[in-house]
Amino acid sequence: METIVKKRIKQVLKGDQDAYAEVVEIYKDKVFQICYRMLGNRHEAEDIAQEAFLRAYVNIASFNIDLKFSTWLYRIATNLCIDRIRKKKPDYYLDAEVAGTDGLNMYSQIASDARLPEEDVESLELQETIQREISKLPEKYRSVIVLKYIEELSLNEISETLDLPLGTVKTRIHRGREALRNQLRYV
Amino acid sequence: MKCPAEMVVYMHEYLDEEISAEHEKELRAHLQNCEECQTHFHELKKTIALVQSTSHIQAPENFTANVMAKLPKEKRKVGVQRWFRHHPLLTAASLFLVLMMGSVVSSWDQDQQLSVSKQPNLVVQNDKVIVPEGEVVKGDVVVKNGDLEIQGKIEGNATVINGQQYMASAGKVTGEIEEVDAIFEWLWYHIKKAAKDAVNVFESGETDKEK
Repeated sequence: METIVKKRIKQVLKGDQDAYAEVVEIYKDKVFQICYRMLGNRHEAEDIAQEAFLRAYVNIASFNIDLKFSTWLYRIATNLCIDRIRKKKPDYYLDAEVAGTDGLNMYSQIASDARLPEEDVESLELQETIQREISKLPEKYRSVIVLKYIEELSLNEISETLDLPLGTVKTRIHRGREALRNQLRYV
Repeated sequence: MKCPAEMVVYMHEYLDEEISAEHEKELRAHLQNCEECQTHFHELKKTIALVQSTSHIQAPENFTANVMAKLPKEKRKVGVQRWFRHHPLLTAASLFLVLMMGSVVSSWDQDQQLSVSKQPNLVVQNDKVIVPEGEVVKGDVVVKNGDLEIQGKIEGNATVINGQQYMASAGKVTGEIEEVDAIFEWLWYHIKKAAKDAVNVFESGETDKEK
């Protein structure tokens, strides 16, 4: 996989834009997932994921072809997410999607007469709760937890991706785990 | 009972799969006896399982297309190059046509002067070439940028380019008479001529051999 990507990147470097489509296709789900778990909102996640691919394309010349492309790409994506979180004001829109749900908006949170089947509610609620707790983590813990448990990167890869010393990554993961444990222990 | 503080550290080492055999032994021994730490450890593992259980989501439809649409326009040069790579035959054909057109059109533009094929008994008057009465012109007659008046006889083809031909009642042409006026006809004439020349080369080659 990494060799295909490298080949495509070399084509992109020569100026062949079409070769980039394949790169996007390979990584789109991963990048979108990082953004979604970091931001907890599909619209924002799509926005930032697109921005990440755009930045990667524009700066492709500065990518060191000997390194792993995914690491570089994930770093761009997590940095963009962190920027977005810092800028974001806590605001709620009725038609904004609810964190952790697929296509549910705040209207769906307003009590309605019709009841969903009990099981669906439970599964949705659980997903929602988990995503909400991830979203509540301070961003420095959130990024390591997302990369570790959702993208399943190794500690070394996380350290490379976030450009942090391995020790810092470990500490943040430990604290992130403890914070999540406090919130999710009674689920 | 107050648990040793390093037990939580060992738990995390365990979860990072970086625990040493020694620490693991110590941790296991402690967990056997301490319910509080057992719960803590269990909660940590449950948390991880929960986070990992969040269903894997996919990028929205048309994600790639949307990204591609937002990219800055690539240099035109590359687009053209790619087109050439994908259509080698068309490229060769169009290149040939362009060169061909170029040379033919430029020759059309350049010679506005009257020119006639060289036969000794043709008479040239102003812009008119005359085959005198009673004379027999051997071979093909080509007149460019002028008229051709045939009073006598041409043994061969008569071609008038950018002009007209007048045939007197006594005039006679054994071969074909052709008038070329428009540039497209001029082009067509050129192509036919090139083809004929090519055939002639082969034929004369063959007759040479026969001799």
